[in-house]
Amino acid sequence: MIEQMAALSTGSVGRFLAADADFMIKGLFKYTLFGKELYITTTHVAIFIVDILILILAIAARKKVKNAKEIPDGFQNFIELIVEFLDKFVAGIMGENAKRFANYIGSIFIFIIICNISSLIGLRPPTADYGVTLPLGLITFFLVQINGVRKNKLQHFGDMCKPVVLTPINIIGELAVPLSLSLRLFGNILSGTVMMGLIYGLLPIFLKLGLPAVLHIYFDLFSGAIQTYVFCMLTMVYVTDKIGTTK
Amino acid sequence: MSQITNEALIYACSAIGAGIAMIAGVGPGIGQGYAAGQAAAAVGRNPGAKSDITSTMLLGQAVAETTGLYGFAVAIILLFANPLPGKLK
Repeated sequence: MIEQMAALSTGSVGRFLAADADFMIKGLFKYTLFGKELYITTTHVAIFIVDILILILAIAARKKVKNAKEIPDGFQNFIELIVEFLDKFVAGIMGENAKRFANYIGSIFIFIIICNISSLIGLRPPTADYGVTLPLGLITFFLVQINGVRKNKLQHFGDMCKPVVLTPINIIGELAVPLSLSLRLFGNILSGTVMMGLIYGLLPIFLKLGLPAVLHIYFDLFSGAIQTYVFCMLTMVYVTDKIGTTK
Repeated sequence: MSQITNEALIYACSAIGAGIAMIAGVGPGIGQGYAAGQAAAAVGRNPGAKSDITSTMLLGQAVAETTGLYGFAVAIILLFANPLPGKLK
């Protein structure tokens, strides 16, 4: 009885579930900072690997573009495809402001999509950790607010009190932007991770080899790509809403 | 026959609550299906605007999905990061 209580009070239901289905964030290395126990988790490691992948891609792309050929081939084609797609994607929504934001949007697009599909190479996707998506949402929030203030000066805050009765609703509406953006990305990727974890825990070993591949296509590739697209698109829509656009 | 401890009761009720929270998935299902149906009708009427319609549909669906994800977040918190047992003491 006492052991049972101890087991229950030390862990939540998740601890028992996690034995079969493996989708939790795990601490790999413990250290203390200012008297608090902190962990290097699977998220840190996954982000580190993703960053290294992006760096390698960037260095290779730079090397290739420096001595670019008139008629592109192989890898140069691939780079041009990505850059053209991102430029067109940003220009389609932001109009004349596209040049200012294409770099930022392109960066987070590449980062989020590689994070989302990183479960294909056996990592736990970093975007399935709220600590990764909340900063991304907060960056968008400050991007929107700072650009609004730069464009409209103090009128930016004046717009929020128009009509006066709805001021609290407008403020909540502004504050909900980072919350809903980050929860959307987090929830979608986490639901994919949980589903895949449950399926891997459920299947007998001889079915684990082929069947989950089909589900990976939906949960990782399709869902991940759509959520990346939506995150970048919503960021641009919110910013454009503040600074206006002329096509 | 062992008794049910307070913690066990909270965990059991939390699991039930997580299940109930996922009823929130009904709304986005209806909304996304409706958006996809309207988009299909729009493509049928104007096949030339297919890419514009698709991107608008995806954006609308992603926004419609938010409420369902709030339900999902509540369910996940109840199952894996439950704050309630800490309130017993």
